[in-house]
Amino acid sequence: MIRFVAIRVARACLTILLVVTFAFVVLRLSGDPALLIMSPDAPAEAIAAFRHAYGLDRPIWQQYLHYFGAIMHGDLGQSMRDGRPALSLVAERIPATLVLTVTALVLKVGIGIPAGIFAALHRRGWIDRAVMALATAGFTVPSFVLGLVLVLVFSVQLRWLPSGGQESWRSVILPVITLGAGGAAILARFTRSAMLEVLGQPYIRAASAKGLPWGAVVRRHALPNAAIPTVTIVGFMVGSLIAGAVVVESVFSWPGVGRLLVIAVSNRDLAVVQTILLLVASTMVMSNLVVDLLYGVLDPRLRAVHK
Amino acid sequence: MGLIDPDLIRIEGLSVAFGGVPALLGIDLSVATGETLGLVGESGCGKSVTWLAALGLLPGSAAVSGSVRLDGQELVGAPVSVLERMRGGRVAMIFQDPASALNPVHRIGRQVGEAVSLHRGLSGAAARAETRRLLDEVGIPDAGGRMAAYPHEMSGGQNQRVMIAMALAGRPELLVADEPTTALDVTIQAQILDLLRRLRREHGMALVLISHDLGVVGEMCERVCVMYAGRIVEEARTEALFEAPLHPYTRGLAGALPPISGPRRRLTAIPGRVPEPWAMPPGCAFAPRCPERIEACDAAVPALRGNALRGDAPQGDARRVACIRAAA
Ligand SMILES: Nc1ncnc2c1ncn2[C@@H]1O[C@H](COP(=O)(O)OP(=O)(O)OP(=O)(O)O)[C@@H](O)[C@H]1O
Ligand SMILES: [Mg+2]
Repeated sequence: MIRFVAIRVARACLTILLVVTFAFVVLRLSGDPALLIMSPDAPAEAIAAFRHAYGLDRPIWQQYLHYFGAIMHGDLGQSMRDGRPALSLVAERIPATLVLTVTALVLKVGIGIPAGIFAALHRRGWIDRAVMALATAGFTVPSFVLGLVLVLVFSVQLRWLPSGGQESWRSVILPVITLGAGGAAILARFTRSAMLEVLGQPYIRAASAKGLPWGAVVRRHALPNAAIPTVTIVGFMVGSLIAGAVVVESVFSWPGVGRLLVIAVSNRDLAVVQTILLLVASTMVMSNLVVDLLYGVLDPRLRAVHK
Repeated sequence: MGLIDPDLIRIEGLSVAFGGVPALLGIDLSVATGETLGLVGESGCGKSVTWLAALGLLPGSAAVSGSVRLDGQELVGAPVSVLERMRGGRVAMIFQDPASALNPVHRIGRQVGEAVSLHRGLSGAAARAETRRLLDEVGIPDAGGRMAAYPHEMSGGQNQRVMIAMALAGRPELLVADEPTTALDVTIQAQILDLLRRLRREHGMALVLISHDLGVVGEMCERVCVMYAGRIVEEARTEALFEAPLHPYTRGLAGALPPISGPRRRLTAIPGRVPEPWAMPPGCAFAPRCPERIEACDAAVPALRGNALRGDAPQGDARRVACIRAAA
């Protein structure tokens, strides 16, 4: 078990390292931040001074080593825009993003999973059809389209809800629905097929054959088994808590990490982009790790393999 | 009903169709208290469906008609509460592949204990003690310790013993064993059959043994029903069946048996295949494969004639056959 965890943790660190390195290389090769941040007609000496200040005049491998050494000391560099530490710039955006993404996750799980279970239990009935039709619509419509439609209907036409900003809890409603709809749809479909798979297993019939009422068969025998694959999808969703709201934050001008990322990328604010990517990679990797460990809890067959 | 009925369970005209495709075409069958009945036939002939329908375990897509009475009480179309009390309580069923019939995420002690508390109203330490006793009774070594094991940690034979323990929890009057040894090695097969024989004797339960293997059924059962393509084609006491099989299909099955001393194998020797349910011949379903076919065989489905096991016929005479060439 300890060996299993150690291997997983090592693999997680390696993944983060790869992401950081890849981001570093791509960002350095894809354009000169100095030209973007300074005005194009700035004097050549000013640009050279800027490059020197951020170490951009050194060979890329030296920059990388320097960057990597700094990360190890918790220093993620300064924003090239205003010189503030990139980490605190990103950190102060995190709560706003989490308000959206965590609420949306609750929506996804709270609606998607029960809907999927319900649909599976009423397979081919009208409930199943309705849920599946909604779910198909839910993940076919891109979130920016859904967001714009919601804004058109509820902000512009009906004037019930604000179309952006962060003034009151009512500002959260549209972005959260926009963000949650697709995930709820995916979870509903996935949970349904996981349930159908499990309900077809011989142990379900055997549990009925011993006289258990259907409700108990579902609760004690079907759900714990269907939970195993479903956890993977929820894990993915947890992994995208930080990065998953880029589009929606832009549509609703929500001051979160996603919007900061868009701004930082278009400005070539390298330290900020890298910090966000590092954060995103870390959450994804962490949630994968938790999913792997959770598998062991949910499925005794895997526990045996890991011993 | 009303008259004294020696039968524990009586199935009459039981038919099942899946989405309009018939799987069972009117089964008449009864099991007396404490009796052992064998049900044989090739794969797909409807052996499992017969008993799943009787216990109400088929999915909603199955159209079930006919009658199944347990001690006179009708089960087809009965309220769910009646069926739930009956399942595992009066009639228990075990299945072909024990590894997949046990829930992989629960410990076996919990799974057997579930049946114990359901049918015996025990809980806590009393339920655990009874669970342990049951596991002991079916020959699981170190029963107390094994209660914490998961199905994947046990062998196929052990899992089938667990299934049997679970079935015994409700002290059933009838145990339906659906190919209980097909998935197991030959030596383990013999052990499980011995166990079933012993338990049946000790508990006085009736046993329905479903099998591909006429040899196994011959060793275990007093009476045999041979099924083909959704119908019973022959029914007889075991000795009579082996002495003089009346239906050409039964003769085919018996002919496929290896010598008594040799290793047991699957029945494969009858040439041809079972007709698909949507392409049934107009007459006898076995006619296309039958070495003794005559023209009249294709005219109509032969009725199952003879003296069925009724209260008025001595059991030794029970003999039915569905073949126009056989004089029952
Ligand atoms: N749930 C189902 N849906 C559709 N068809 C089914 C279903 N269950 C059984 N059948 C069909 O009913 C027929 C009888 O099946 P059954 O399982 O009773 O055969 P069997 O005699 O038990 O065979 P085996 O020896 O392979 O277990 C088969 O043609 C099978 O395809
Ligand atoms: Mg079967």
